[in-house]
Amino acid sequence: MLDEAVPATPLGRPRPAPPPPRPWRARLYRWDLKASPYLYVAPFFLCFLAFGLFPLLYTGWVSLHSVDLQTSDQMQWRGFDNYTRLLHDDLFWNALRNTVTVGLLSTVPQLLMALGLAHLLNYRLRGRGFFRIAMLAPYATSIAAATLVFTLLFGRDYGMVNWLLGNLGLGHVDWEGGTWTSQIAVSTIVTWRWTGYNALIYLAAMQAVPHDLYEAAALDGANRWQQFRHVTVPTIRPTILFTVVVSGIGATQLFGEPLLFGGGATGHSGGSAHQYQTLGLYLYDQGWYAFHLGRAAAVAWAMLLILLAIGALNLALVRIRRSRNGG
Amino acid sequence: MAVNPGRRRAGARGLTGAGPFTYAVLILVAVLSLFPLYWTLVGASTSGSRIAQTPPPLLPGGNLWHNLDIAWNQVHMGQALLNSVVVASCVTASTVLFATLAGFAFAKLPFRGRNALLSLVVATMTVPAQLSVIPLYQIMARLHWTDRLQSVVLPNLVAAFGVFFMRQFLSEALPIELVEAARMDGASSLRILWSVVLPIARPGMAVLGMLVFVQSWNDFFWPLIALSQSNPTVQVALAGLGGGSYDSDQTVILTGALLGTAPLLLVFALLGRQVVGGITAGAVKN
Repeated sequence: MLDEAVPATPLGRPRPAPPPPRPWRARLYRWDLKASPYLYVAPFFLCFLAFGLFPLLYTGWVSLHSVDLQTSDQMQWRGFDNYTRLLHDDLFWNALRNTVTVGLLSTVPQLLMALGLAHLLNYRLRGRGFFRIAMLAPYATSIAAATLVFTLLFGRDYGMVNWLLGNLGLGHVDWEGGTWTSQIAVSTIVTWRWTGYNALIYLAAMQAVPHDLYEAAALDGANRWQQFRHVTVPTIRPTILFTVVVSGIGATQLFGEPLLFGGGATGHSGGSAHQYQTLGLYLYDQGWYAFHLGRAAAVAWAMLLILLAIGALNLALVRIRRSRNGG
Repeated sequence: MAVNPGRRRAGARGLTGAGPFTYAVLILVAVLSLFPLYWTLVGASTSGSRIAQTPPPLLPGGNLWHNLDIAWNQVHMGQALLNSVVVASCVTASTVLFATLAGFAFAKLPFRGRNALLSLVVATMTVPAQLSVIPLYQIMARLHWTDRLQSVVLPNLVAAFGVFFMRQFLSEALPIELVEAARMDGASSLRILWSVVLPIARPGMAVLGMLVFVQSWNDFFWPLIALSQSNPTVQVALAGLGGGSYDSDQTVILTGALLGTAPLLLVFALLGRQVVGGITAGAVKN
């Protein structure tokens, strides 16, 4: 590759040969050329091994033991006891159910709204910079801060949301107390924080769509909605898939919002009836309130298996779609 | 992205102008996005009795200094803010450095196993935090590092998303001819890195730095486990406030939220355009 980059010398005269490098320097130079890429990627992979892969596998090992939080270096072998216990624990299934429903409530409307918003932001606009930064402000707000504020906004007696509902002639809602209402409120926090972020990602993808595609569609008589449906969405499908995967992973590990939403010292139980306890909270509850690190580790591995199953399902669906389109 | 401001404008030229409906929806969304933040300020500046009344307060009151005083002296928000600055700065510096090194190698240097390793980098992004906290806690407990800041810095020295971000940036921004020319002049890898790669990578490093800082500042799950209320980061202190660790009314809780959010919002207001560019640049090209 380097030889090709050398330009031909004029008149075909041979280039003056460079002074022959001393052999140890040449060897050093070649070694440098070969080894430096590995040295550059080494810090990342060393960190990943130490703080990513090793803990992942070791969590699996811990999940086969009984480990007390207070004496976390002493482990007693228990085989698959933690897992069988998990499968017979109603709270685990409750947490799994809640994770799925809150996950759907917080991602599906969010991504649909983000798509619509991106479409609107893609028009020629006055104040586009303001709109973008305003929509991104919630992303800069931390989970803890956002949840504390929304807990007050969703308060039963003096909350802003109930005050507005009252003005509309509707009754007060005990947001935290009910199953659906609390899950809707928690999902609202997630939606508030991430809609603008995803809208900007969609917007960037939409701006990369070649404009002639729209012109061709317009010539064929497609209206704006049809252009959106048949030009925009198919073209940015990879980006949509990306946001679905990222939001899905985020929804699986949802933790801070339900922990702080109750606004009391019992946040880890996800409400008095565990009505919004997610898997992430259940893990925390088992490990750091019931002091059973082994059981918590089993929950973590259950989450990993669920994610892998979803990933495999996703891959299978993509394959089926491709083979159908191909055939 | 910052390096290529002309492209966006060229793309927008052919677009139709926005109608009143578009503006109405966008203004509504902007209000919904900003109102909770505005209301944090309102709540932080009223008294505990005023906030528990109907209708709820909509304008700032005169109690802000009083509430700040309580948050600062009883909840130790000052210590928490300092801890967060230290942690986020360390994490940002090391992530940007290591991500630039790895991103450069993945973008421009040929080596065996490059594609496989890059796929591995992307795959690690999908592993949830829950799968590492238990062994990390055991290690930190054994080292007696719980409640010390190194316990939250060390596991976050580099992030896969940063490596991927710098790879994307350098793939476009760094001409391979520059690297090859420097090589033919006999420059060592270190020399190339210092004199050729870093000057070109700097805008990308700045954007990545901002994104990592925001992420680290807002990190919640692991710091909550590793630290306690005696030496918290801002987020851990906020969790204590909300979880009733302090005997505080709602206005003090909102003051804490305000103190924890204001630094980042200030950065956003000053550098918002670059942050917007950075977020979109990382996601589009994969």
